[in-house]
Amino acid sequence: MSDSLRSRGLTMTVLTSVAAVAVALLVGAIFILLSQQNPVTAYKALLEGAFGSRRAIGETLAASTPYIFGGLAFAVAYRAGLFNIGIEGQMVMGGLAAGVFAAWNLDLPRVLYIPCALLVAAVAGGIWGAIAGALKAVSGAHEVITTIMLNYLAFQVLSYTLLRTEGWLPVNPQLQATKPSSPDARLPNILSGTRLHAGLLLGLLMALLVWYLLFRTTFGYRLRTVGLSKGAAAYAGMRWGATITIAMFISGALGGLGGASETLGLLGQQYNAPQGYGFASIAVGLVGRNNPFGVVLAALLFGTLRSGSTAMQNQAGTSKELVLVLQGLVILAFAALAASGRVQSWWAKRRGQRFDEGTDTVGVEPGVAPEL
Amino acid sequence: MVVQPEPQAPLAVEMAGIVKRFPGVVANDGIDLSVRRGEIHALLGENGAGKSTLMNILMGLYPPDSGEIRIDGVPARFHSPRDAVNAGLGMVHQHFMLISRFTVTENVILGNEGASFTLDRRAAERTVGETAERYGLRVDPKALIDELPVGMQQRVEILRVLYQQSRTLILDEPTALLTPQEVEDLYDILLQLKEAGHTVIFITHKLREVAAISDRVTVIRRGKTVGTRETRETTAEELAELMVGRDVRLHVDRPPSQPGDAVLQVFDLHLRGKGNRDVLDGLSLGVRRGEIVGVAGVEGNGQTELVECIAGLQKPDSGTIMIQGTETTGWNPIELREVGLSYIPEDRHHRGLVLPFSLTENMLLGNSTFAPFSSGGRIDYARTREIAAKEMAEFDVRAPGPETPAGSLSGGNQQKFIIARELFREPDVILAIQPTRGLDVGAIEFVHGQLVEERDKGRGVMLISFDLDEIFDLADRILIIYQGRIVGDFPSGKITRAECGLLMGGKTIEQEGEPIRV
Repeated sequence: MSDSLRSRGLTMTVLTSVAAVAVALLVGAIFILLSQQNPVTAYKALLEGAFGSRRAIGETLAASTPYIFGGLAFAVAYRAGLFNIGIEGQMVMGGLAAGVFAAWNLDLPRVLYIPCALLVAAVAGGIWGAIAGALKAVSGAHEVITTIMLNYLAFQVLSYTLLRTEGWLPVNPQLQATKPSSPDARLPNILSGTRLHAGLLLGLLMALLVWYLLFRTTFGYRLRTVGLSKGAAAYAGMRWGATITIAMFISGALGGLGGASETLGLLGQQYNAPQGYGFASIAVGLVGRNNPFGVVLAALLFGTLRSGSTAMQNQAGTSKELVLVLQGLVILAFAALAASGRVQSWWAKRRGQRFDEGTDTVGVEPGVAPEL
Repeated sequence: MVVQPEPQAPLAVEMAGIVKRFPGVVANDGIDLSVRRGEIHALLGENGAGKSTLMNILMGLYPPDSGEIRIDGVPARFHSPRDAVNAGLGMVHQHFMLISRFTVTENVILGNEGASFTLDRRAAERTVGETAERYGLRVDPKALIDELPVGMQQRVEILRVLYQQSRTLILDEPTALLTPQEVEDLYDILLQLKEAGHTVIFITHKLREVAAISDRVTVIRRGKTVGTRETRETTAEELAELMVGRDVRLHVDRPPSQPGDAVLQVFDLHLRGKGNRDVLDGLSLGVRRGEIVGVAGVEGNGQTELVECIAGLQKPDSGTIMIQGTETTGWNPIELREVGLSYIPEDRHHRGLVLPFSLTENMLLGNSTFAPFSSGGRIDYARTREIAAKEMAEFDVRAPGPETPAGSLSGGNQQKFIIARELFREPDVILAIQPTRGLDVGAIEFVHGQLVEERDKGRGVMLISFDLDEIFDLADRILIIYQGRIVGDFPSGKITRAECGLLMGGKTIEQEGEPIRV
């Protein structure tokens, strides 16, 4: 009984997701037609650009990697009831910390240098996240506001650090970047002929760890309880403030690792240019339903759109911004379909079942005033 | 002298074959209701039977999927509450819709201020005063809502409906928040309204109220009309059976209690609330093994705060709480569970359960850090699922399985699940506050049976309820709480309902020449 319920939920999620992508592509086709291009050509170019060759696949996976970290970061905070808008800043802090640490050229073997650099990045991003968590715990300051402010602060810290012409930090102010990372601190390439690096594996490992933390440990249970019901958490003796602070630390640490993965993997140094992955991560988390594995799939979707966009632009002549439009449409379609329950009721009708469970709005019969 | 409406009196409200579906729920499944002009008509049914939905349809809040409504014989189709009000209907909601910083008059005329740009406050106050006078609704038109007791606030609601020229008044569970004296006053008001020719529809799930006030009663079960009776010609047993569909025991049989040592003691508890008010004002009480101590009182006299202080959710300003001889004042809920406290909270949806969580996950609430549910920080979900399934079977929790989200269960099944969880670790002290609020008769019987069983196993039970029936049915000792103090302590059988009602309302009773009030 329980298994059938659970698999029904999974079927529903898959159906909803496929439908959402289809709707997004259909509406996207209208936009392509409006700009007097052929949508079939465009989408074919998109797919080929993303998966048409070994190189294309490597690039797609490399483009998906930062979204995995960012989506996980968003999901952890969201499960604790927090809306972390500050992933961008946490990525910057993590990337900067890792970049500086790697540029120091410390006399460390590879097996130590990489983990240490990652640890430094996780702590830097984690602290940046925990600030917002602690502020909320202590004073009730809303995390949306504080994380937005912390983003700006992170950008300023980044500029200030990279533009210093003198000092002890290994930076190159002319280039507005850290000095190149030590080869021993770089994340190794994992698919020759492409830019795909070990950050992808780290991201997948993190997805597994986050899943284990959330769904198999007492702390994960505490985090999820706090996120869903402050009252029930208090009833069970869980400390809300401590829990959200730790959750924000973990969220920020994942963001920081995402920044480090770009710096140590793709770029080799940290530039004075935030990448914008942190903001897209909010969508990745939501599209992935804040489930670690869902996040991985959503990250692949966003990575595909990103890496296929150049080919689409070159071959079908669509504008560069079209891919942003598609991203936006995906987000809207997911939000609308998941919320309306249309897909669920359609599926239930097809199967001749009563539509009564597995909806997103649990607890209150829609439209019925709860009687007490 | 009570006026009996003629049996052939014309119908004020007719609802025929009303069907209303919500996604996944058929709230009304062909309901018929005929209300004669000038009668008090009780609409009786369990929570969730569809009473409120039916009345919301009558008031134009939602359109029915099918069915007909006739008002005074004229077919009516309401698109908004405004239409219903224009047709002479008015509703007094269970939770008052008053603006607390406005005066009585301002609230009464709300929505009927008139077309003029300026507001003649004096004239409005006069009209409101006159209307109040005519129906014996003694209330000061200039008083602020904030400063009025609950019973008075309800009169303001009734006044508002009368001010709108409504001929038919719908009252949704009007006694839920009233003291016994206020209930009596309400009955008087309703009888006056009836004499003045008004029709009253009185929604309730309490049999006693049906008998006390109504001329006729329509019983609804699971969205269907199961019968309409002349109140004089029916019995409580018949109505109860119609309401729940089978024989129910109206009283719990139980052997007398054999109390042992004190397991819970509270001394001189003080707690300041909002506005520097003493919510708990030197409260002391004790609960012994093998007894159910019932704390009677009107909602808002410190019951919630008392329980939350004992359960570690609030810290008292001063005073001592002891469980099994250990001082536990200010302990956190986990530590309290370790010394044998268990707590069935008032609010199932915001305290006792995490609604989107599965029942398995809810089994962990408060238990997640204890064996056998977890070890070394890792939760054993397979084991938890087994335990949840076993407890569900034992406590007759009806759900497809332990992976069902708690939010999709009915209130009764949710409550049974909470009780199953709270008794799992074999506590020594059980705090239960409003454990049967909103439950149907079958579930109430079950919950009461469980509490008695726990008592017989030698556990101490503290039962807080705003429902006197529950206290009188269950308690071995009855304490009365009023304004944060215990103002009476009686073995069951040594106090009458009326005396209890007086103490709950802050009055004193004379017994053998000695005032009981401390």
